[in-house]
Amino acid sequence: MNALDFSVVVDALPFLWKGLQFSLLLTAVAFVAGLVLGTGLALVQHLQVPVLAQLAKGYVALIRSIPLIMVLFWFFFLVPLIAGWMFNNGRPMPVGGVLTAFLTFSLFEAAYYSEIIRVGLRSVGKGQYEAADALSLSTLQTYRHIILPQVFRVTSPIILSQTIILFQDTSLVYVLSLTDLVGAASKVAQLNGRLVEMYLTVAAVYLVICTSASQLVAVLRKRTRIATNR
Amino acid sequence: MFDVLFQPAIDGQLYIQWLLSGLMWTLLLAVGGWWIAFAIGVLVGVGRTSRNRAVALAARLYVEVFRNIPVLVQMFLWYFVLPELLPTGLGDRIKQMPPPWGAFFPALACLGLYTAARIAEQVRAGIEALPAGQDEAAAALGLSPWAARRHIIVPQALRLIVPSLTSEVMGIYKNTSVALTIGLLELTAQARQISEATFQTFGAFAAATIIYLLLALVAYRLMLWIDRRFQIPGSAPARKARRLPILRRGGAL
Amino acid sequence: MNSPVPTDPVIRLTEVNKHYGNFHALRDVSLEVAKGEKIIICGPSGSGKSTLIRCINRIERHDSGEILVDGHRLTGDTKDVAAIRREVGMVFQSFNLFPHMTILENCTIAPRKSRGLGKAEAEERAMHYLTKVRIPDQAGKYPGQLSGGQQQRVAIARALCMQPRVMLFDEPTSALDPEMVKEVLDTMVELAEEGMTMLCVTHEMGFARQVADRVIFMDRGEKIEEAAPGAFFTNPQSPRAREFLQQVIH
Repeated sequence: MNALDFSVVVDALPFLWKGLQFSLLLTAVAFVAGLVLGTGLALVQHLQVPVLAQLAKGYVALIRSIPLIMVLFWFFFLVPLIAGWMFNNGRPMPVGGVLTAFLTFSLFEAAYYSEIIRVGLRSVGKGQYEAADALSLSTLQTYRHIILPQVFRVTSPIILSQTIILFQDTSLVYVLSLTDLVGAASKVAQLNGRLVEMYLTVAAVYLVICTSASQLVAVLRKRTRIATNR
Repeated sequence: MFDVLFQPAIDGQLYIQWLLSGLMWTLLLAVGGWWIAFAIGVLVGVGRTSRNRAVALAARLYVEVFRNIPVLVQMFLWYFVLPELLPTGLGDRIKQMPPPWGAFFPALACLGLYTAARIAEQVRAGIEALPAGQDEAAAALGLSPWAARRHIIVPQALRLIVPSLTSEVMGIYKNTSVALTIGLLELTAQARQISEATFQTFGAFAAATIIYLLLALVAYRLMLWIDRRFQIPGSAPARKARRLPILRRGGAL
Repeated sequence: MNSPVPTDPVIRLTEVNKHYGNFHALRDVSLEVAKGEKIIICGPSGSGKSTLIRCINRIERHDSGEILVDGHRLTGDTKDVAAIRREVGMVFQSFNLFPHMTILENCTIAPRKSRGLGKAEAEERAMHYLTKVRIPDQAGKYPGQLSGGQQQRVAIARALCMQPRVMLFDEPTSALDPEMVKEVLDTMVELAEEGMTMLCVTHEMGFARQVADRVIFMDRGEKIEEAAPGAFFTNPQSPRAREFLQQVIH
């Protein structure tokens, strides 16, 4: 083996930083959009809205059963067709990998977040609904002000754990040849032939970010446990 | 829509044979990886609860390292990086392994050790959820700490975590698709190859997706069966007894 | 084995202390138990009575003082701890049967894994003690399929299968429905009549009168009184014991 030479990493730092920024942006967008959509999916199931509840259930089961890479391939194939059908008189419209990635991760994560929130919804006692009814709050007000805040508080450690997994999963945009952290490293590695240094660096970056984040989650988990035990 | 599957490919096979060959590698990877993951996961999970600080710390380090690096990056580490870091002779022999195996073994190691870290956390959660009286009774009867773990604690902890192990089983077969990034022609890779060769993308992807759905169903059924099979007479199955979200994701990260 | 002691007493505690953080759970407790003696330990909750007997087989560690059991001094030495645990049986308030094992397996696991008995011999012994506690017909069932009283009798049989020289009982009837208390107490009376050395934490004062050689009253981690049952029940010396007895009896 050749001696390791991490100076190549230093040279590549600005490019890697751009890649990491993309990974973080993708995580943030998919987190917000996925959580909003996931809450919707959980609510229609919890409220047993006819048709919508079954659709949501089927969607969640489908997405959770197939690999993320397969989902990425599907969206990469379908999104231009659907976009063309909607905006381009049926002719496929090039959408690009970046937009596809944002869309895919948002919709994919929604399925995972919705399962967490659905379990959270079940953990809220009947008394809370009865109390809200007694105060003559509407269904919308009840969920908005009484139920969902409790659900988010109880599930926040699990939601954040899932978000750390999401952050790791964004590395799979590699298969769409996008320039996230891994994509950036692999592009540099192809130019300078320094696979070992580049991938070890990427692994270390993920390790530091995800370990710190999961320590934070552990602290939060301890705190919510105390809060809910009171 | 699935006509494409029964057309001959350039290599003389039908495309469905490509798909089935992909399925075989997916299954081989998932099943083989699962046993590695289960064996190491139980050991590391028990190690996490050890009173011996060195053992507990080593187990914790294992878990943190293997679950905090993305599967894709770990895949690259096993495939590209490890042979370069080994002594030249050994590294070269790894690099010269014939085609499917050269990608298969790194993928197997990657998925096995990654999933082991996740299982270890479930096992730890299961052990910590047991009442302290079980440990005390075992000790009072003169059982050694090892015998207590082996016969009393681990068998109960495993029963408790069957529901959360279901999501790990589903996780490992889904993660097999990451092996396509190092050139293993598993199910997803074959679906893409068929799509590229025939432009029948919809049929190729739909067929693979249906196979994945069937695998999910089988995995779910299997775990349900295991839950019932190992249910302790006189107590509820773990699936009904425990709906704790904490256990479901078992401190996953 | 170190520090030989005359055959009597079987158990000797000398100025034992135990803390949980700032809480002083045992204060200078000394106690001697001769072979065949039956000791009842009572006192209000939090008085340290459970802690006391849990220290004897080192389910809890004491901080200072000396505990000798059957000639073995309790220290950090795991060999002595294992030897003591083989000679001291324990019955818990919450039974602590192993739910994933049949009644028979519950009774054979420790003799096999800790005493090295063969399967057949261990099962024969288990059936002997299960017959003694009058539930041999439940041997193939699981703990979850038995009533509380039956489970506690299995727990007694399980401890006896190790053929201990001393039995510790930690509030063995407190978790039972009232109608099941008697069947467990009857088993314990039989055991006492056979000459087993027993230390029993309990509030069952009728049982105490019937079998005890001595009653020990504890409060706030201290041994307050130690007397024959007749004297203790009719004429307790300390005001705290008097107060306690009034609460238990009424």
